[in-house]
Amino acid sequence: MPVVAPETHLLLAIAIPFTGALLIPLFHRQPNLREAVTLTTAAVLAVTVWSLLPQVLAGARPEARLADVMPGLTIAFAVEPLGLLFALVASSLWIVNSIYSIGYMRANQEPRQTSFYVCFAVAIGATMGLAFSKNLFTLFLFYELLTLSTYPLVTHKANDEAIRGGRIYLLLLIGSSMLLLLPAIAATWYIAGTLDFKLGGILPAGLDATLIAGLLALYVFGTGKAAVMPLHFWLPAAMVAPTPVSALLHAVAVVKAGVFTVLKVIVFVFGVDTLSSTGAAGWLVWAAGGTVLLASLIALRQDNLKKRLAYSTVSQLSYVVLAAAILTPVSVVGAALHIAAHAVSKITLFFAAGAIYTAAHKTHVSELDGIGWRMPWTMSAFAIGALAMIGLPPTAGFLGKWFMLSGATQTGQWLPVAVIVASTALNAAYFLPIVFRAFFAEPVRAHAAGAAASHDDDHGEAPWPMVLALSLTAAATVLLFLAPDTALSLAKLMLEPVTR
Amino acid sequence: MSKLAEHLPILQVVVPLLAALLCALLRRGSLAWALALAVSWIMPVIAILLLQRVLDGGVISYRLGGWAPPWGIEYRVDLLSAFVLVLVTVVGAAIMPFARRSVAHEIEGDKQAWFYTMYLLCLTGLLGITVTGDAFNIFVFLEISSLSTYVLIAMGKDRRALLAAYQYLIVGTIGATFYVIGVGLLYLVTGSLNIVDIAARLAPAAAETSRPVFAALAFLTVGVSLKLALFPLHVWLPGAYAHAPSVATAFLAGTATKVAVYVLLRLIFSIFGVAIAFDTLPVSEVLLTLSVAAMFIASILAVFETDVKRVLAYSSLGQIGYITLGIGLANVPGLTGGIVHLFNHALMKTALFMSLGAIVYRIGTIKLADLAGIGRQMPLTMAVFVVGGLALVGVPGTAGFVSKWYLAVGAFDRGWWPLVFLILVTSLIAVVYVGRVVEVAWFREPSSFAAGAKDPPLSMLLPMLALAAATIYFGIDTEASAAIARRVAEGLIGGLK
Repeated sequence: MPVVAPETHLLLAIAIPFTGALLIPLFHRQPNLREAVTLTTAAVLAVTVWSLLPQVLAGARPEARLADVMPGLTIAFAVEPLGLLFALVASSLWIVNSIYSIGYMRANQEPRQTSFYVCFAVAIGATMGLAFSKNLFTLFLFYELLTLSTYPLVTHKANDEAIRGGRIYLLLLIGSSMLLLLPAIAATWYIAGTLDFKLGGILPAGLDATLIAGLLALYVFGTGKAAVMPLHFWLPAAMVAPTPVSALLHAVAVVKAGVFTVLKVIVFVFGVDTLSSTGAAGWLVWAAGGTVLLASLIALRQDNLKKRLAYSTVSQLSYVVLAAAILTPVSVVGAALHIAAHAVSKITLFFAAGAIYTAAHKTHVSELDGIGWRMPWTMSAFAIGALAMIGLPPTAGFLGKWFMLSGATQTGQWLPVAVIVASTALNAAYFLPIVFRAFFAEPVRAHAAGAAASHDDDHGEAPWPMVLALSLTAAATVLLFLAPDTALSLAKLMLEPVTR
Repeated sequence: MSKLAEHLPILQVVVPLLAALLCALLRRGSLAWALALAVSWIMPVIAILLLQRVLDGGVISYRLGGWAPPWGIEYRVDLLSAFVLVLVTVVGAAIMPFARRSVAHEIEGDKQAWFYTMYLLCLTGLLGITVTGDAFNIFVFLEISSLSTYVLIAMGKDRRALLAAYQYLIVGTIGATFYVIGVGLLYLVTGSLNIVDIAARLAPAAAETSRPVFAALAFLTVGVSLKLALFPLHVWLPGAYAHAPSVATAFLAGTATKVAVYVLLRLIFSIFGVAIAFDTLPVSEVLLTLSVAAMFIASILAVFETDVKRVLAYSSLGQIGYITLGIGLANVPGLTGGIVHLFNHALMKTALFMSLGAIVYRIGTIKLADLAGIGRQMPLTMAVFVVGGLALVGVPGTAGFVSKWYLAVGAFDRGWWPLVFLILVTSLIAVVYVGRVVEVAWFREPSSFAAGAKDPPLSMLLPMLALAAATIYFGIDTEASAAIARRVAEGLIGGLK
């Protein structure tokens, strides 16, 4: 057993990233020390979060209470399997992402690196708070903090495009959360008299189905981070951020915070049974299914690699929402698994995109002909990530889809099945050509004269920290398929009443 | 000591008044500042002691010169007045350390002592209004605070400050006149000037002849609304805030309008609401309509301003709209939201205006375009601005969220869902006007003004950091803010007829 009490452990997991954020600026003038602080913080955090795992698997649910803000509004935390799974993924990937960041930020000579690392640490802290929140108020608090702390990262380049992207990002995310999510939370408090998450839901029985459906809509669209159309615009706009930000925040922390919130609300505020008996989530299948397909169709037409990845993310996020909307235990497990699976595989794809940008200064799919032979590690990792997006074994992407499909077929919901099948084909259609181009197309020769006209001939792999990072996450993508036990048991535990 | 404790209500007013006289005799700005600082730091001690006594033992009634009310003047400190006393004195105490350098920078040497004299008089007036239980005495203190405010504003660097002060002088005088007419009408029908006494005598009088009573309500409300800058009686405020010296703006934004709101609360809940059935008073409808208009129009105007001081001035108008909205809701949660927002808004707006004062101190301008890149040069100053801005928006974890939550619950309680939505939409407009400044300050290349600027000295930095920290603190622990505001609201609503 650990020396410290589980409650302390829990609070530490939230405090550690914020402490890191305070320490990083002290080493503003010593970049090596500064990065050492980031890496140490990330490592300590990951160890702390992982050490919560055995206790949770054994049935413990540590809780901690920070402050009573107002009657009924409490800042409190509780470790719950789904939240732990999310926290595990985010904290572990933060280490890898920090290694990658160091390579990327230095190789691209990005300005203002100290504030970059500070905001990053705050964003991770917000993610931890969100993952471990015990009630809707705490979740909302950290949800907003996550938006605010990532805004300076989106505008990091400080040019007109970045500022414009930042505006869309901030207004859409804050706007949706203020206008829809907050009223939803207030209404929940008003109706249920509590904001604490509880398995099976907290809403009183006998509510009107229309009211439930309306409330659910407020939650789903209020959680702009889940990027259910038409509230997805912020995600492509956020791609102006440096790639490590896109990779960890806009493929893992921020967007997963969105679908995590939706999943959490469906399971712990409404209750799966309430929703399925009233049929109040029927529309959500259509909304999420539509997003899955539409976003894939848009992704097909994107030549900018990061934009294509962003639309793919929009599509993949709605898988999670769709799986939750199917409302069977199996599909909800699939939703939880997909949060983890998509995280490790999408971060790999972004890492690869950033590596290509750093080594070859290329940003568009059409420029990638033959690049696979110059950057074999990068493009192999990319290929693994692409397989996961399509949902093929031996990658993690297969798991989530499998559970979703079995959940849908068991209950005879053929619409989601059709969506998943169609979207799998679409995923293949926009990912496989990239892999094909990279390895089997003739490299395009630059036409311009002059020695510095082209990087086609004179680049290899990106700096080693980046290659290391993307190899690690690619390996994790495969590993999660081969050894899904931890993720699977957490996902299943989520739906079981506390045994202790 | 206990002898002294009995006289706390009058000390709250007499100490700054005497200090003002003394200050007028001092020639040196730094001496005058030291005196003002000492007084400003004694004041919150008295206010907090009073609050403590009210919390423990209920309303304090103090007879001026030993004359019994209703013939003599009564100073009457209840929970509401104690709460406002703490608010005003804390803002004063936070500003004074900041003031020395800012005033020395913006105001000529021989006028600095006058500035502090006027500040102390203004403080006297504001505290007097809050502490007295006499309707005519309120008028006297209102004039003391107003006249000194006109001078404070006129001391602005720019000649436009004179115009702004003159505008406010005219509008303020009209407001005061209206107030006196209202008090006169009340005196006609009740024969009393003591608030408690008026309230007791008003019910039979109103049953007999209601027209003069309603006329009194109208005159009083309009008069006070001019003072608190309720839309559409706000026209004086943006100019006054924009051109007054930074310290004066920060002080007035935090206190003057708040005390005017206090008077409005007194009128509605301690006089008219006690005597006449609240539902028959045309207060709620008028306040709600004007508040929502203020929230929207002022916030939108703030978006299009290029002078950051004016942005914040318009924002204040919108925020005052939230406060009067809470009064208009007239239920416990709504009124709690309005009253706690008095306090919360005082904290955040003072912090915001102080950060602008620090920028003026360093670069001499607060035009939006000139602030390009200032965030990197003066990171702590702009951090204060960001925290204050987030609180204006009402982000959870800041004091602004607490106010808005109560307001929203108040609207829910009335079953007015669309109103909740309107509150939130205006919050979103605040994102835009705060975001504009943040964007320019952090993501633009430094302007010629900003280059080379750095954070102000600690004497200026610490007070505003403290207020920014308080803005966050009172977003997390509301024991000293919302909990008291709630008791105040319960008391006021409970006293209604």
